[in-house]
Amino acid sequence: MFTQGFDWHPVILSLRVAVIAVISVTLLGLPVARLMARREFYGKEMLEAAITLPLVLPPSVIGYGLLILIGKNGLVGQALSGMGLSIIFTWWAAVLASTVVAFPLMYQSAKAAFGSVDMNYEKAARTLGAGEVRIFFTVTLPLAWPGVLAGLVLSFARALGEFGATLMVAGNIPGQTQTIPLAIYFAVESGDNATARTLVGLITIFSFLVIFWVNRRARSFLKTY
Amino acid sequence: MLEANFEKKLWSFNLEGRFAAGNEIVVLWGPSGAGKTTVLHCLAGLNSPESGFIKLNGRVLYSSGERTDIPTRSRNMGYLFQDYALFPHMTVRQNVQYGVRCRKNNKEGFSFDPEKLLDSFGVGHLSGRYPRQLSGGEKQRVALARALAVRPQLLLLDEPFSALDKNTKIVLRKEIKRIHRDWQIPFVLVTHDEEDAMYLGDKIISLEKGTVREKSLLLMHTGS
Repeated sequence: MFTQGFDWHPVILSLRVAVIAVISVTLLGLPVARLMARREFYGKEMLEAAITLPLVLPPSVIGYGLLILIGKNGLVGQALSGMGLSIIFTWWAAVLASTVVAFPLMYQSAKAAFGSVDMNYEKAARTLGAGEVRIFFTVTLPLAWPGVLAGLVLSFARALGEFGATLMVAGNIPGQTQTIPLAIYFAVESGDNATARTLVGLITIFSFLVIFWVNRRARSFLKTY
Repeated sequence: MLEANFEKKLWSFNLEGRFAAGNEIVVLWGPSGAGKTTVLHCLAGLNSPESGFIKLNGRVLYSSGERTDIPTRSRNMGYLFQDYALFPHMTVRQNVQYGVRCRKNNKEGFSFDPEKLLDSFGVGHLSGRYPRQLSGGEKQRVALARALAVRPQLLLLDEPFSALDKNTKIVLRKEIKRIHRDWQIPFVLVTHDEEDAMYLGDKIISLEKGTVREKSLLLMHTGS
């Protein structure tokens, strides 16, 4: 399957970008989802719509928005360049793009999962002397685990497949910012069908295995409780 | 000693919780929708009253005047939920240990043997099982053990027999009386069942649309 001299860079980069994006999405998404699942406050619906927006916006719109934000003259871009940093057209920009588009998927799954945990379990934990953080990690999160796992997988898949926004903010620099989807697109463009086929095969098999494993895990979880 | 004197606005009426309990079983009796569970929630701090005070053994847990509202986790009360609310992802042993683990971090640890406690409730042989593998009566015994494992100063019981068949209920009613004798702390028990109220209550308080009355059942009970 692999021709001699196959370029593994896009594969390694894609995995690295997707893993870091999923970690940030989890760290950001779980607390926000937990808050939104149980609290009512003024402007909640507006905030919710704003959080979900990247899910429905075209990736090119997100890419353009990020360009404005982290570009040389952008708000964040200028602040960063003040510190001698620039993330535009680096693989960190790809991480940022993937994080933004994957966030709503994690948020939606986790929020639904937290909301479906019977509040009596949390109340019981409170009467037993547990603080809110402990309750989250020992009661809410374990009981919401299938939904959170689904959120992890969806956001990982979305991050792995990110194309439009990534192209706009990270560019297509082989060996530096060229992820699998970009490599496939430009391989086809330049008539390199062997590389395109190999990458398509790899990402399809990998995605299939991940989803297969998750479905099995979710089923065994449902059998337990 | 529990002293409660508070008011809570519910959507259709004002709830008044006015009673005291020494080391006795106080039964809150009334039809559904009378606010019985809300009284328990206020005592446990799961819900806040609008005004008044709640004191347990002299310690102020809630006071609208002093603006005190101690959080549930520091109130040191046991709570038996109507559906028991046993953590489904933990074994019986882990359920019973949960509260003790929580307190160990902030307070002096006391010697605690989950097996011994479970044994005293007749469910020691079930310690490795998960809640879904238990019958209703077994779940209740485990839930009682879990609530009492943290050595609370007060036990609240919300409709403890509503999910049980008649025979199990009669056995467990007796059991609760025995546990009460052993533990010597006030129990506040909510029920809509007159028979349960009469059997268990040292004091019966009737609750109807928030109005509190000492029940005439009390006389029948103490007279018999």
